[in-house]
Amino acid sequence: MTVEITGIILMFLITVLFAYPLGKYFSKVFKGEKTVTDFMNPVERFFFRVCGIHPDESMNWKQFLKALLTINLLWLVYAFFLLIFQDKLPLNPDGNPGQTPDLAFNTAISFLVNCDLQHYSGESGVTYLTQLFVITFLMFVSAATGITALIAVLNGLREKTTQNLGNFWNIFTKTITRILLPLCIVGAILLVFSGTPSSFDGKDSLTTLQGDNVQVSRGPAAGMIAIKHIGTNGGGWFGANSAHPLENPTYLTNMLEMIMQMIIPLALIFTLGFYLNRRKLARVIFGIMTIGMLCLVIPTIISEIGGNPAIEKMGVSQLTGAMEGKEVRFGPAASGYWSTVTTIISTGSVNSMHDSSMPVSGVMQMLGMMINAFYGGCGVGLLNYLIYIIIAVFISGLMVGRTPEFMGHKVEAREVKIATLVTLLSAFLIKGFTALAAYMVAHHPETGWAVQPANWLNNPSYHGFSEMLYEYTSANANNGSGFEGLGDNNIFWNVTTGFVLLLARFIPIIGPVAIIGLMASKKFIPESPGTLRTDSWTFGVVTLAVIIVINALSFFPALALGPIAEYFSLK
Amino acid sequence: MISLKLTLVMIVLCAVLYPLFISGIGRMAPGGGKGVTVAVNGKVVGYERIGQKFTEDKYFWGRPSAVDYNAAGSAGSNKGPSNPDYLQIVQDRIDSFLAHNPGIKKTDIPADIVTASGSGLDPHISPEAAYVQVIRVAAVRKLPEQKIKNLVDTHVEAPLAGVLGPSRVNVLKLNIALDALK
Repeated sequence: MTVEITGIILMFLITVLFAYPLGKYFSKVFKGEKTVTDFMNPVERFFFRVCGIHPDESMNWKQFLKALLTINLLWLVYAFFLLIFQDKLPLNPDGNPGQTPDLAFNTAISFLVNCDLQHYSGESGVTYLTQLFVITFLMFVSAATGITALIAVLNGLREKTTQNLGNFWNIFTKTITRILLPLCIVGAILLVFSGTPSSFDGKDSLTTLQGDNVQVSRGPAAGMIAIKHIGTNGGGWFGANSAHPLENPTYLTNMLEMIMQMIIPLALIFTLGFYLNRRKLARVIFGIMTIGMLCLVIPTIISEIGGNPAIEKMGVSQLTGAMEGKEVRFGPAASGYWSTVTTIISTGSVNSMHDSSMPVSGVMQMLGMMINAFYGGCGVGLLNYLIYIIIAVFISGLMVGRTPEFMGHKVEAREVKIATLVTLLSAFLIKGFTALAAYMVAHHPETGWAVQPANWLNNPSYHGFSEMLYEYTSANANNGSGFEGLGDNNIFWNVTTGFVLLLARFIPIIGPVAIIGLMASKKFIPESPGTLRTDSWTFGVVTLAVIIVINALSFFPALALGPIAEYFSLK
Repeated sequence: MISLKLTLVMIVLCAVLYPLFISGIGRMAPGGGKGVTVAVNGKVVGYERIGQKFTEDKYFWGRPSAVDYNAAGSAGSNKGPSNPDYLQIVQDRIDSFLAHNPGIKKTDIPADIVTASGSGLDPHISPEAAYVQVIRVAAVRKLPEQKIKNLVDTHVEAPLAGVLGPSRVNVLKLNIALDALK
C-alpha cells in the first residue's frame, strides 16, 4: 500500500515542479517578452495576415466578449453538421453511422464548452474524420477560449485604469501555438511510444488463443488523448476513456496523463503571480486550492483502498481494495486519486468507472465539480475562484465595515450582483434539472418516449438518484465524467444537458470578464493601511470558508439523498 | 469574417497537420502505431495490452468483462456498490469459481477475479488471482503444481523501480507460456 501512495505523491510533486517554470513562461508569452518559442513568430504573423487580424488592436470587455461568442457560435454550427453527416464523409473505415440530431446537438455543445459528456461510445459513435475535425479541433479551441478569457481578466487587473482587455484573436492564437500545441506534441509522442495507437487503420479482426473471434478498435488516437488532457477536456477516444488499455497502457502513461491534465491549471495560478507581479496572492491561491484538493482526495483514496463492505461480507479477500470498474495496472489508490483530480480539474476523463466507486468517493467527486474551483479547468478554474474572491471581499468588507475593494478597484453593487448570479446559477441548474428528471422517473416512468424514464437508471434506490444528480453536476461543471450507467443517449438527456452545458459555460465566462471590465474602468485607489489585504493567508481562509458555506448550503440536501444515504445503507 | 478565416486556419493546424505529424512519428514506435500484437507460431493471437476471454479450465482466467472481451467496444459494468442484483452476480461468480477450483478457500479468492474491470478489456490480474488458479490448471493439464507455480512466478510484473504501480500478471502472456510447457 505504501507503494501506491508513493506513486501518487510523486505524481503531484512532478506536476508542481513543471507547473512553476511553465507558469513563468506563460506570463512571458502574454507580456510579449522573449521566450524559447519565438521561432513561432513568423507562423503567427502569417496567420494574422491571412485572417486580417491586427494583433495590437485593443478591445474593451464588450468587444472582447463579442469576438469570443461569435467564433464559438460558428464552431457549434460547424460541429453539429459534421456529426450529422459523418457517415457520408471520408475517413470512416469502421462504417459508423451519422449521429441523430439530438445526439449531435449534445456532442457539439459538449465539446465546444470543454465538457465532453459523451452520450456515444468512441468506437461506434464517431468516425476518424469527426474524431479529428470535430472532437480534437474543439478540444484545442475550447481550452484556448478558457485561457484567453482568463488572460483578458488578468489584463484588466494589471493596469491601474483601463478599458483594454487585450486582443482576443492575438491571445487565442498564441495560446494554441505557444502553449497547447507544443505540450501536446511532447505528450502525444510519449504516448505513442508507450503503446497508444496513432495510425489510420480501421478495426482489426482476429481469433484469440481460446478460439473466439473478436475485433479490436484502433485509430489515430494518441494526438487526441494528449489534447484531451492538456486542455482539461476529458473526452475519450474509446468508450472506456483512460481505463482502456490502448488509451492508457501502463502505470507510467497513467502518471503522464495525470500530470498533463493538472499542469495548465496549476501553471496558470503561477502565471497570475508573475503576470500581475503579485506572487504572494498566487501562493495563497495555490495553497488554499491544494488544501481543498487534499480534503477531497484523502477520503476518496481511503475508501477505495478499504474496499466494498458488501463484498467484504461475502468472505473474499479485498487485498487490492474495491476493484469493480477498476484496472489492475492502476490499482485503487491511483484510481481514487484520478477520480478526484479529474473532477476538481474539470477534465472528466476517467481511469475507473465512477458509477462503481464507493459512496464516499461519489460525494467527493460531486463536491469537486460543484465547487469547480480547486485548480479547475483551463483558465475557467481561476475565473470561478475569482467569483468566490469577489464574494469573500464583499462579505469581509461588510464584517469590518470598509468599502470592499480588490486590487485597487472598488467592488460595488453591480459587480457583487453579477458574482452572486453566477454562483446561484450552478445550484439552480443542478438541482432544478435533477428534480425534473427524478420527477419523471418517479411519477411518469411509462412516458411513451423512445427510452422510457423507467429504463434510464442502471442502479436502483439512492444510487439511481446519484446517477441523475451526477449527470447534471458534471454538465454544469463542464466536467464530462459520468455515472455512465445512466441511459443518457435520448432526447430528454441530450437536450436538457445541452442547455445546462451552454449556460454553465458561457455565463461564468461572461460574468468575470464583465466584472473585471467594469472594475478596471474605475478610478484606481492606491493601497493604504486601511486596505483589506487580499493576498494574506487570513483572506485565503475567508475565501475557503465562503466556498464551503456556499456549497454546503446549496448542495448538502441533494448529496444527502444520494451518495450519503447510500454510504449509511452499506454500513 | 475573422472568425471564419481563423477557424479554417486552426482546423488545418490542429485537425490535419498535428495528427498527421503524430501518426508519422508513430510509424517508428513499437507496432508502427497500430498496437503491439502477440503471435504464436507466426499467427497473431491477440494484442499484448488487450485482455482476452478465457473460460476453459486449462487456462488461467482473466477478470469478468462487461463487453465479453470484444474490443470492438469497451465499458465497465457501471454497477453501484450497493446494488442487490450486482451483489448477487458477484456471489454467483464466487460460487462458480469455488466449483471450478476444488480445494480453494473462499478467503483465498481476491476480489479482482470476481469483479468486472473498468474497460472490460483489462489484460491483467493480481498475482494472488493467478496463484489461486494454480491447483486447477495443474490438475487439468496433469503437470506438477510446482512447475505451474514457477511459471506464474516468472510472469509477475513487479512495480517499476519498486515503487510505481501494483504487481500484476498479463493473462494472455501467461497462457501462451502455459501452452508452450511440456
